Amino acid sequence: MTSDSLTRAFALLLKRDLVLAVRHRAEMINPLLFFVLVTSLFPLGIGADPKLLQAVGPGVIWVAALLAALLSLEGIFRSDFEDGTLEQFLLSSHPVSVLVLAKVLAHWLITGLPLLVISPLLGVLLGLPGDAIIILLVTLALGTPVLSLIGAVGVALTVGLRKGGMILSLLVLPLYVPLLIFAASAVDTAAAGLPVTAHLSLISALLVLALSLSPLATAAALRISLS
Amino acid sequence: MIQTGNNTTLEAHALECVRDDRTLFSNLGFRLERGQALILEGRNGSGKTSLLRILCGIRLPDAGTITWDETDISKLGPDYHVHTAYVGHRDGIKLDLTPLENLAMARALGKPNDTTLEEALEKVDLYGFEDVLTRNLSAGQQRRLALARLLVTDTVLWILDEPFTSLDTDGIKSIENLLDQHTTNGGMLAVTSHHAVNLANTTIQRINLSELAA
Repeated sequence: MTSDSLTRAFALLLKRDLVLAVRHRAEMINPLLFFVLVTSLFPLGIGADPKLLQAVGPGVIWVAALLAALLSLEGIFRSDFEDGTLEQFLLSSHPVSVLVLAKVLAHWLITGLPLLVISPLLGVLLGLPGDAIIILLVTLALGTPVLSLIGAVGVALTVGLRKGGMILSLLVLPLYVPLLIFAASAVDTAAAGLPVTAHLSLISALLVLALSLSPLATAAALRISLS
Repeated sequence: MIQTGNNTTLEAHALECVRDDRTLFSNLGFRLERGQALILEGRNGSGKTSLLRILCGIRLPDAGTITWDETDISKLGPDYHVHTAYVGHRDGIKLDLTPLENLAMARALGKPNDTTLEEALEKVDLYGFEDVLTRNLSAGQQRRLALARLLVTDTVLWILDEPFTSLDTDGIKSIENLLDQHTTNGGMLAVTSHHAVNLANTTIQRINLSELAA
């Protein structure tokens, strides 16, 4: 197969998933709503002391983003598995890992990007200083694709099981922990006015690692799940 | 039209399939050439679908090998898939896309041929429905759309699991015509069907999996 037709398949699959998401708007808004609700409930629950909010803010936003991503993960492959289109991807004449990458990119555009856009607002709500909000944006921009990429491996492994949801969380959450630690501490460090280059380098390294390995692992996991 | 060698063969050697500790079939072999159809028969649960999924390469046989032009299909991967098209018992179409969008995706996943998407829809009698959401089509029409996927890529081997499910008498006839045309043009078929398959111009091999197991 020529690289030209592979590019076309990639673009068409990306467009297909975005069209499907627009036709299911309600499902698309769910993770975003969850993210906003959880974050805005915290000041009500623990009190509106600015110092306290500033201290827990980065952690709260990141935990909420992580759980919102977890909520939406199943959607990457579930419906394609149920209507048989996933089989067709495995039987296509293109490398499955490239098709997987298109689906993960679509998932990030649908669920990750909206979180990114709304997060500065939530940062202001929790009283984070300006510098910290910028770093929060950077960590989310680097980190949410990692959530989708790692999540895809977990979903691919569990999509064949009837009640895969529980196993999926257990499988994926431990892999999310390093990212959570580095990202939340980067925002904390920035709020304290210290340099965060080391944190950001580590998160970038995680992104590169996930970007290069996860599509291959996901493709292999899909083969196992469907056989 | 189809660009691989003229004496392409699909061969199965000593296939075995075990499911939940039950051996569905063992020591199954056949040889399929261009212009021929393989029709699998047998009662429910005799392993027809499993055999088709093994032929596709989705499932691995518990023993034995399948070769395409004398190369193991598990080694060929995408180089084998480019010659095959599969319509399983799930249609493999998205209900929230229109028939045109579905076919465009199916075409992009394989090697496109000269048939336009509209022509393919016309051949399965869905012309006029191209912009309706597939969800709003009847079960038979959805099945026709699934079969239309076969027409938009350039493939040799069609693997069909109960292709006539939900189709009306006319639909069955027109699909049989398409299958017959495919083998006449040098294609191959592997089909399971509870309905008698009438292919006038095709050499047919039948394998009854229930008899094999007995």
